Amino acid sequence: MSAIAMHASDGLFDAPTSLLFAAVAVAGIGAAVLGARRDLDDRTAPLAGLVAAFVFAVQMLNFPVLPGVSGHLLGGALAAILAGPWVGALCVGIVLVVQALLFADGGLTALGANVTNMALLGTAAGYLVAVALRGLAVRSRAGLLGVAFTAALVNTVVAALGFVLEYAIGGQGAVSLGGLATALVGVHVLIGIGEGLITALTVGAVAAVRPDLVYLLRQRAATREAVA
Amino acid sequence: MSASVLYRPGDSVVHRLPAHVKIVAAFAAVLGVVATPREAAWAFGADLVVVVAVWAVAGVPVGWFARRAVIEIPFVLFAVLLPFVGGGPRTDVLGVSVSVEGSLAGWNIVAKGTLGVLISLTLAATTHPRDLLAGLRRLRVPPLVTTIASLMLRYVEVIVAEARRMRLARLCRGDDSRFLWQAAAVARGIGVLFLRSYERGERVHLAMLARGWTGTMPAPPAAPPGAARWLAGVSPAVLVAAGCGVALWVT
Repeated sequence: MSAIAMHASDGLFDAPTSLLFAAVAVAGIGAAVLGARRDLDDRTAPLAGLVAAFVFAVQMLNFPVLPGVSGHLLGGALAAILAGPWVGALCVGIVLVVQALLFADGGLTALGANVTNMALLGTAAGYLVAVALRGLAVRSRAGLLGVAFTAALVNTVVAALGFVLEYAIGGQGAVSLGGLATALVGVHVLIGIGEGLITALTVGAVAAVRPDLVYLLRQRAATREAVA
Repeated sequence: MSASVLYRPGDSVVHRLPAHVKIVAAFAAVLGVVATPREAAWAFGADLVVVVAVWAVAGVPVGWFARRAVIEIPFVLFAVLLPFVGGGPRTDVLGVSVSVEGSLAGWNIVAKGTLGVLISLTLAATTHPRDLLAGLRRLRVPPLVTTIASLMLRYVEVIVAEARRMRLARLCRGDDSRFLWQAAAVARGIGVLFLRSYERGERVHLAMLARGWTGTMPAPPAAPPGAARWLAGVSPAVLVAAGCGVALWVT
């Protein structure tokens, strides 16, 4: 269900818009590659590979949203909170490319728009929210869960808004943008609540066992060391 | 490799083409389809003929593609709604008022989306995932990206199997999460899955170092394809582009 507006197909956007967002996606993924290498150095390939496999596997897991309706995680905010924004964006982006090329999931010309929405815009927005609220996250476990929930909700809604933006630039028209935005944001707030709950509980489970693996908390430790 | 991968082993001319030629051809063909004006219905028909001809050469039955094209259905639903919710001048079809602009937009999404899915499926059906990644590398995608992607493909099955075992263990203990408020166990399971994935990544890294990992995947040497193979590979895309060009010129 959450894939409805996300893995956009061919024919939704015109050719110039497709090329424009392909360029945006290439630039963004390039930046993510540089950032990920800085975060993980020579461990980048295996760790990012396994995080990407995790995101891929999690996207296959359906969770119930309403009786009879299931959704699946996008995982952008989750990966960003756990592994950092660069690794998160890179992993989600690679998952999208592989889904388009190997599974015909998402149009080839819409790949740029899909990567821009889900890997770049969504992950960046989710992570910025998490960083803005880091003070809350480090204070208590409830704070961390709340921050993860909010970040994942924002991630989902911003990815949907990215789709609206692309449709406004080079979509097929015919629908009022206000109506499209209202419908998409409405649906994605519901999906985002599911995504947020799962993300929060997942981050909570990781933080309980290996808090050193939660990137958002690790930054705090690094700053503290720097201060001391 | 994951069972849901679409690759169909074969030995046709299409299968044997270098992967990077096929990737370029697929992207070019889909771009050609997308750039075709929506009024030129004949051009989409011609594109479909080209795609079916490629299937015939590749020896993949049409039904195989038809069954897998259902991935597109959410967008067809969106497209079917457009004539009714679209703005602008309206006309009556069978007594139902529909928007002219909305109908055209809906047709556009269905036609181009279907052709796009069929072209993507053709690429995925005739190219081994390993070759696709090697092709991406030959197209100057950073080696780090293709290395991550190949490790991901190698381990995704392991991790999905791990998730399946965890789910089975949960069910054996009486879990039955049908509603969102019951999803806590699933979420905790995802947390554990992340830990196991990350720690597996740490072990994989050490194992790779032990085997002399230098930071890049060794690539099998491959002779660059000659002009003839390039030409053969991109010829379907050239046909699609020609159709698009004529349609643009006529309309």
